[in-house]
Amino acid sequence: MMQRLPKRDDKTRRRIEAMVEAEARYLAARARRDRNSDAVGAPQRLTSRRTFLGAAMAAVGTGSMLPKIVHAKAPPGAVERPVPSDPTKEQGVPTNDDGGYGSRSQFETESRWRFGTPTKESSWTMTPLDSGMGIITPSGLHFERHHGGIAVIDPARHSLVVHGMVERPKKYSMANIRRFPSISRTMFIECSGNGLTEWSKPTLKTVQGTHGLTSTSEWTGVPLALLLKESGLKPGAKWVLAEGADAAVMTRSIPLDKCLDDAFIAYGQNGEAIRPEQGYPIRLVLPGWEGNTHIKWLRRLEVSDVPFMTREETSKYTDLMPNGIARQFTFVMEAKSVITFPSGDMRLPGPGFYEVTGLGWSGRGRITRLEVSTDGGKTWADAHLQGPVLPICHTRFRFPWYWDGKPAVLQSRATDETGYVQPTLKQLVAVRGLNGPIGSVYHLNAIQSWAVAADGRVSNVHA
Amino acid sequence: MFTRKSAEWFCASACVALAAAGCAAQRSADAPQAAYGGGKLNLGTAPGSAEMARYFSYPADGRALPPGSGTYADGAKVYQAKCVACHGAKLEGTKLGDKLIGGRGTLVNNSPAKAPVKTVESYWPYATTLFDYVKRAMPFNAPGSLSDQELYAVVAYILGEANIVAKNEVINASTLPKVQMPNRNGFVSPDPRPDVP
Repeated sequence: MMQRLPKRDDKTRRRIEAMVEAEARYLAARARRDRNSDAVGAPQRLTSRRTFLGAAMAAVGTGSMLPKIVHAKAPPGAVERPVPSDPTKEQGVPTNDDGGYGSRSQFETESRWRFGTPTKESSWTMTPLDSGMGIITPSGLHFERHHGGIAVIDPARHSLVVHGMVERPKKYSMANIRRFPSISRTMFIECSGNGLTEWSKPTLKTVQGTHGLTSTSEWTGVPLALLLKESGLKPGAKWVLAEGADAAVMTRSIPLDKCLDDAFIAYGQNGEAIRPEQGYPIRLVLPGWEGNTHIKWLRRLEVSDVPFMTREETSKYTDLMPNGIARQFTFVMEAKSVITFPSGDMRLPGPGFYEVTGLGWSGRGRITRLEVSTDGGKTWADAHLQGPVLPICHTRFRFPWYWDGKPAVLQSRATDETGYVQPTLKQLVAVRGLNGPIGSVYHLNAIQSWAVAADGRVSNVHA
Repeated sequence: MFTRKSAEWFCASACVALAAAGCAAQRSADAPQAAYGGGKLNLGTAPGSAEMARYFSYPADGRALPPGSGTYADGAKVYQAKCVACHGAKLEGTKLGDKLIGGRGTLVNNSPAKAPVKTVESYWPYATTLFDYVKRAMPFNAPGSLSDQELYAVVAYILGEANIVAKNEVINASTLPKVQMPNRNGFVSPDPRPDVP
């Protein structure tokens, strides 16, 4: 468990301990739901998710006329239905019985878990990367970070105002916004606080805990350059303040060049309207930049000659270096990768073949190379990249591995199209220092290590 | 940085690039919209003055700060009524709210065993940020509910408790931007990364 930190650091200690507790609660809840983990040879979580299905089927036997099994409460996003002993011998669920909007299987349990902040309104949840497939994050599993809860907004009463140093101030209804020419872009958004517990020592058990503040969606919306062009910029314009309509009235100042480059206002996520927790009805999207700048529930854009020095861009999302000087406006999320299988809190059932897989991403463009090491970084080999490889997007990699049953340390290392190579934690700390147990807090993009013990147990280590 | 002229150049060049490359990278610059000149879409309306009166944001030079003023003594009352439950009687912070004062001299540090103490007093570079933030997001249970008069007062109280301004000083639109915060020169930009390895 956590070693106690000096009293002066109560806040930091509480923060880290709360995260450890939140992860432990989540794992315990899953373990309860999955109490009957099997032994069919599939890799397991140490606190397994394999459902009670096995037990239920064993109790029923096959081909019997025994009553249908009624399960415990369905996992979030699922509908509980009776399970027939033989689905070929009776009709299934009536068509469109879901009311016209589908749900996932009642046997799938992965979910976001919430960091145990004192309030549920200013808090965050982590994406279960361990169970993810391909590159897309299901909308309902996209990580969240809220500062004033999830705003409930009627799009008919919501508008976006563009004003400040513009020729023509404008107010757009959501219907207006949808009339603009649109684009779609599949890309990751990552909170710059992703991994903040991992600076000084391995703290959380799972990849969901260590890396779950990144997610990929296809986002659809209007290029911000078009909106600004519609209003016309005045000479001297250099910054744009983006403001949300949540209880935090969240604000960030964005350099104008980013706004005119690839920024857009998104109203779509994975083929439907963006989720309330992602900023419904519209959010700002700044490809490759830290998540906090992607202002949700966007209501206002003010063009200015100076940044506004908001609370988030001064006191919070700045990187304090050991010399006491903080870096400000550190927007880009640098290249990073992580092995999602096998990863922390899993257990390999025995020696043999495994497909190591994971994700790489870079805020500066495409991933060009992903390497895997099975000996703690002594030797590296190229992993296969799943195509198409998109810029500023989760990139799935796969690597065949024959585990000989001896202790191993698995790592992945990303290179992006600028030639930037993901650093080791030692390299990162050598420059950024360890100003407190959570270092400079933000922008931890170091190589992650997972130790595989002789008994197959996988754990989070610093190697 | 960018001017309107460069924005036009940007859109035009994006159009050419798009035609040449077929469909190149996934970028909003790909969007086939270069034909739409400024204002030609004729979408949206001019926002009314009543609408605009709802909005505020105050850069560090204090432009557009509202009328009103407040003192330490007035602010102490506001703080006791609206802030003390989360931020504590001595502004020391609680489980719910950040510590607001103290921490000077803790920012230079390279030890994982002790954390820097980042507060309004030790870390925030501009006093205008305090006014702006409290106005938009505080108190947590009733965000945006303080009057400008109450805001100037509670800012005067916090800055007074932090020994940044004298307790007899009046805080208003003209004095607030002149407040010299202890960590005013503690920030650097632009971003020096990539810095590792």
